[in-house]
Amino acid sequence: MHYDLALPSGLMAALVPEIIVVSGAMLLLLWAVWRPESDVHQRNVAIGAAGVTLLAAAAVVYYMVSDASSGPGVIAVDRFRWASDLLFLLATLIAIALSSDFSKREGITTAESHVLILLATSGMMLLAAARDLIILFLGIELMSISVYVLAGLYRRSARASEAALKYFLLGAFSTGFLLYGIALVYGAAGSTNFTDIGRVVSERGFGALPMLQIGLALLVVGFAFKIGAAPFHMWTPDVYEGAPTPYTAYMAAGVKAAAFAAFIRVWLEAFPGTIEFGPPYKVLWWLAVATMVIGNVVALAQKNVKRLLAYSSIAHAGYILVGVLVATPLGASAFLFYLVAYTLATMGAFAVVIALEEVGERNQNVQDYAGLWRVRPWLAIAMAVFMLALLGFPIAGGMGFFAKWYILQAALDRSQFYLSVYLVLTSVVSAGYYLSVVMVMFMRPRAEGAPLPSRVPRATGIVIAATAVVLLVFGIFPSPVLRFARDNTITIAPPSAAASPRAGALVPAANSH
Amino acid sequence: MGYFYQINFYIFGLLAIASALAFVTRKSPVAAALWLVNTMFCLSALYIMMDAQFIGAIQVLVYAGAIMVVFLFVVMLLNLGHPSDIADMRGTWGKLIAAGIGVVLLAQILVIQRQRLPRIVPDVEAPRNVITGIAQPLFNEYLLAFEVTSVLLLAAIVGAVLLAKRRG
Repeated sequence: MHYDLALPSGLMAALVPEIIVVSGAMLLLLWAVWRPESDVHQRNVAIGAAGVTLLAAAAVVYYMVSDASSGPGVIAVDRFRWASDLLFLLATLIAIALSSDFSKREGITTAESHVLILLATSGMMLLAAARDLIILFLGIELMSISVYVLAGLYRRSARASEAALKYFLLGAFSTGFLLYGIALVYGAAGSTNFTDIGRVVSERGFGALPMLQIGLALLVVGFAFKIGAAPFHMWTPDVYEGAPTPYTAYMAAGVKAAAFAAFIRVWLEAFPGTIEFGPPYKVLWWLAVATMVIGNVVALAQKNVKRLLAYSSIAHAGYILVGVLVATPLGASAFLFYLVAYTLATMGAFAVVIALEEVGERNQNVQDYAGLWRVRPWLAIAMAVFMLALLGFPIAGGMGFFAKWYILQAALDRSQFYLSVYLVLTSVVSAGYYLSVVMVMFMRPRAEGAPLPSRVPRATGIVIAATAVVLLVFGIFPSPVLRFARDNTITIAPPSAAASPRAGALVPAANSH
Repeated sequence: MGYFYQINFYIFGLLAIASALAFVTRKSPVAAALWLVNTMFCLSALYIMMDAQFIGAIQVLVYAGAIMVVFLFVVMLLNLGHPSDIADMRGTWGKLIAAGIGVVLLAQILVIQRQRLPRIVPDVEAPRNVITGIAQPLFNEYLLAFEVTSVLLLAAIVGAVLLAKRRG
């Protein structure tokens, strides 16, 4: 199918998955406020939201299979977009399941939270699609505003309120950077469209446009805030710790993945060639190294599991940045594979945290997991799988190993020797905290008089089991996911093409006809 | 045209920057809000200089008018500022100047009403399609951005209500 984005009808047809999510969110909003708040109603709305997510996923799969393509326009219609969408919808589905159980336990009866998750998801899907800086900005805002509210939903605890306020203020601050960067890029290139910006960059040269350079620098700062890359990661641990755990999981997996998907498209389509040489590349290189080092080293000192996972997510942002830096199709497919493994492992780990924390979000210290193997063996095994997957351990860590392996392979393929060394060394450091969680669960005795963990709610249990099994199965047979990642990369031309006046590279291959 | 335009641009541009600086440095929220109104007026003048009369008018109506008034209402209801800070106009001179400006404005309105104004602009038909220039791109080129903005506002409203409602 070919879509002409210049016509409103073509644009609409190319946006059906997003339209499904947004209109589903609006209908659910009506339904959510129609009846008085109750736990049953909250659960029903959650089921409705899950249904909308599945419907949108079906639409995405249809577009993927029908090999949709488009003419030039404000959004991209390519396989990278559909693959990212599937990833976001998976994260959304898991977050809805977890938050429904969480709300029941904590006595939160607002059904609108599921609507906000859907709205945030529509923002993410727009981010993956955006080929225009305006749409990119609106997508980021739609996603962020919904998530700010979700972070502050649980207002009974002072920490959650602090986290929400911090997230909101710093998020608004980073939005300022992003917006100023967009304005400067527009001023220099005369367009907000990635393809047009890319044309200007390759025709006039990145070095000849100082305003564009400053604009790109500000864009990088804005994105670094959103993905939590050091030194712009300061908000991450506090916010991840204070926010309700299901939404923390959603932030760590979905929000981060969406910001990355948008970042990689901006980087590859709007600034081709700058990836190869020059200061922007070096800046990103140092950003990746600093993120890997700071995330992993500081995580060693963490006692609280949510903070530990927050620093772990910072470290993983560093690894993923390596995939972005290696701007080859191999790097982009390694990036996608990594995101799949990371999403599953992170969501699963947070699901275990939800299952083990009691009302009021207690029991969040690593020490509280001592002797878990004795009382809840399956939970302990699942948590071990997630930890080993995040570490990148072979076999027992499932897909995690291959995820890191492919990133490493892509980096070495471009003879990124030092980057690879940093990646391996910091991964070794990360064993220090991932394995300590495993050790505490299996080797420490249960504390005297520690009560049994309460029963795992059904949806949370399903999420934990499913993510662990999928991680393990695809860890043994990684080829389907690898094929998925390889088929759905953002197609870019070899580096030499960027030097040609009109790099055909700017338009992914699927759109070339 | 050239010099006049340049001078006006610098006057309004510098005034806008100065007002924005005053806006972020004032301690009293009311004074800050009033400085922001001034910034909006200067920006509106800049829009009009760029032949975007409609946006200029909207800028005054929506930002300086509606939004800032609501903002001031909230500030005054919360009773944040002290009355002495709110009273910007102090002393006899201030009052006299204000009264003078008021008289001039009133006189202008009366003169316009009686059509005694000398015509400095030649008798041409006023451009009727000022808004077309905004409407065309808004509903063609930027259609998606326009629609997404409405979803964004919906999310913001739902979020604000949700946070305000939960006083647990």
